[in-house]
Amino acid sequence: MAYDYEKSIRPGKLPHIWCPGCGHGIVMKGLIRAMDTCGLDRKNTAIVSGIGCASRLPGYLDACTLHTAHGRAAAFATGVKMAKPEMTVICCGGDGDGTAIGGNHFIHACRRNIDMTYVLMNNFIYGMTGGQFSPCTPTGAKASTTPYGNPDPIFDISKLAIGAGATFVARTTAAHPREIDKLIVQGIQHKGMSIIEVLDDCPTTYGRRNKFRSVVDMMKHLKANAVPIKAAAKMTAEQLQGKFLTGVLFHDTEKPEYCAQYAEVIKKAQGA
Amino acid sequence: MSKAIIESGNVAAAMAVQLARAEVIAAYPITPQTPVTEKLSELITAGRMDAEYVAVESEHSAMAVCIGAASAGVRAFTATSSNGLLYMSEQLHWAAGARLPIVMCVVNRGIGAPWSVWNDHQDAISQRDAGWIQIFAKDHQEIVDMTLKAFRLAELVHIPVMVNYDGYYLSHTYMPFEPPDAERVDAFLPAYQYKHALSPEHPESLNTVTLPDARLDVQGVKRGGYMDLRHNLHEEMGMAIEVWEEIDRDFQTHFGRGGAPVTDPYRCDDAEVVIVAMGSMANQFRVVVDRLRQDDGIRAGVLALQMYRPFPGAMLARALQSAKHVMVYEKGLSYGSQGALYGDIKSALYPYPSRPQLHNFIVGLGGREIPTESLYQTTKTSCAPDRILPPAQSDVPQWIGLQL
Ligand SMILES: Cc1ncc(C[n+]2csc(CCOP(=O)(O)OP(=O)(O)O)c2C)c(N)n1
Ligand code: SF4
Ligand SMILES: [Mg+2]
Repeated sequence: MAYDYEKSIRPGKLPHIWCPGCGHGIVMKGLIRAMDTCGLDRKNTAIVSGIGCASRLPGYLDACTLHTAHGRAAAFATGVKMAKPEMTVICCGGDGDGTAIGGNHFIHACRRNIDMTYVLMNNFIYGMTGGQFSPCTPTGAKASTTPYGNPDPIFDISKLAIGAGATFVARTTAAHPREIDKLIVQGIQHKGMSIIEVLDDCPTTYGRRNKFRSVVDMMKHLKANAVPIKAAAKMTAEQLQGKFLTGVLFHDTEKPEYCAQYAEVIKKAQGA
Repeated sequence: MSKAIIESGNVAAAMAVQLARAEVIAAYPITPQTPVTEKLSELITAGRMDAEYVAVESEHSAMAVCIGAASAGVRAFTATSSNGLLYMSEQLHWAAGARLPIVMCVVNRGIGAPWSVWNDHQDAISQRDAGWIQIFAKDHQEIVDMTLKAFRLAELVHIPVMVNYDGYYLSHTYMPFEPPDAERVDAFLPAYQYKHALSPEHPESLNTVTLPDARLDVQGVKRGGYMDLRHNLHEEMGMAIEVWEEIDRDFQTHFGRGGAPVTDPYRCDDAEVVIVAMGSMANQFRVVVDRLRQDDGIRAGVLALQMYRPFPGAMLARALQSAKHVMVYEKGLSYGSQGALYGDIKSALYPYPSRPQLHNFIVGLGGREIPTESLYQTTKTSCAPDRILPPAQSDVPQWIGLQL
């Protein structure tokens, strides 16, 4: 029987705005399955986003959702979590939102190790505004602001998250839908900052400029270049050139979680 | 001779910036500004414009880059809209206080929350006290001409200039306009020379902490404290009106266009009902004015306000005093008070003995349609002789086109 996604969609919200073939819908389905697996109570789940095509995701979901200013999802979400630590807090957003204008909030949320799960859809571009290059657009790739190829080096989001102090960092792609929910589930269950980077496709503003003839081409590219972390251990640096590692890249269960730490501070201050 | 072309308002802006030979452009995309900066980046990468394009990670950084570039003596430009302008706010105040002649196009759009990508003027209005000169274009030709003149104004008075034009209504529509001839632009707009440009030969320390009181500098010259510097900004901002008029006269001799740089009246000479509006809406009102005159015998006129800051209060008071009714239509307001422009006009008229009946209308927020028919109807009803409202009612804004 087909999976019932509609029960999780806010009535009247469909059709969505995404282009045919956009990977964001695959991620949304993955998130719905993950929330079901975790048995999350929608009344007790806050899903926060900034703005961008990716950030439209929470608006479709029947939960407590907050659409916020560009790049600020992690900061708003931190406010929600501090006010209501009992809530499950999930952030959704794009590479531009999370690592360009919102890069500062992103790294500081990682550093604090506050208990939330950030699903970051990295489609290598600012999709919503028509395909300007983002900090994740591969060097050499074309964007509307780099018609002759992007000279900038990129952010590796997962490495950035690990470096900044997140304690659960995983990566997969829109071509691996089953892995999306598996990793989000682990992220939600992990107590601390979890970053799930999903390499995603934007056929409309990225694919067509970068010689991907079709959505299928883009999916094939994601599939062909994803290397599970275990397999990578047996590969040479040369073989790993241009590939992206997938799976759980980092998991630390020792570092204290921020809300718990803060509760301790309150206890101390009250002389308990 | 230049020939008219048909292009979008955003392309018109980009062409002006190219002609102005801006040397550093830093921008972050936001609808409906995006095509201006895309066009500029395309011109630069294609080698048709000798400038650096910095694709920054936010608007805050865009203005910071412009501040750095202008401080180094380089002509800088950016463009934004809506929340992008708001996110720049700290830097806007900085650029004005530092007296840097940056030019920015603001493609006006409503601000969040909730998100809206459609047109109104709240973005610009929210920044009216930042110390920037704010001008409003009402068609594509004005976007080009005002942007060019803006560089000259900014560089003469050392105050940054915001050139506003309506998102979609102007940014995305196609209209004919004449791009000025490049050689003439070079004659009209000489290269930027900044007296305090950062240079290893003349090291200077810019914008350090300034004490409340005036004091002697290292050469023994008395220098103003913070308040004196701010007073200078205010005074020189006021003087910018005349400078703007002079620039316009010079522009006319070069290009044959202009003549109404501060306010642009349409059929106002004998008007007993004067409508005041900014941006494309002022042009929309010309149809209303014609109809009121023709069908209803109402002597109406529309005064487009082209320069909002510095506020040409005395000029407006002169133009409006003898009207029976002044109707201020605006796409933004000071929440909890009135339309910002209405409040400004009211205070400009206060010192004069004869004051027209004032009316304030809020329209088109977040892209709510502004049907010409409803502009006609509200104007007509509001000036009907039997409709004299008590001050408590007449002095509050009327919202046109509410649907709830
Ligand atoms: C302060 C501010 N600046 C710029 C924008 C315009 N803007 C909206 S979404 C976006 C980029 C989104 O890119 P990304 O987060 O990668 O999401 P995608 O659309 O690719 O899914 C930009 C620049 C804005 N809304 N607010
Ligand atoms: S523009 Fe790109 S990211 Fe946005 S909906 Fe279309 S395919 Fe998706
Ligand atoms: Mg993106």
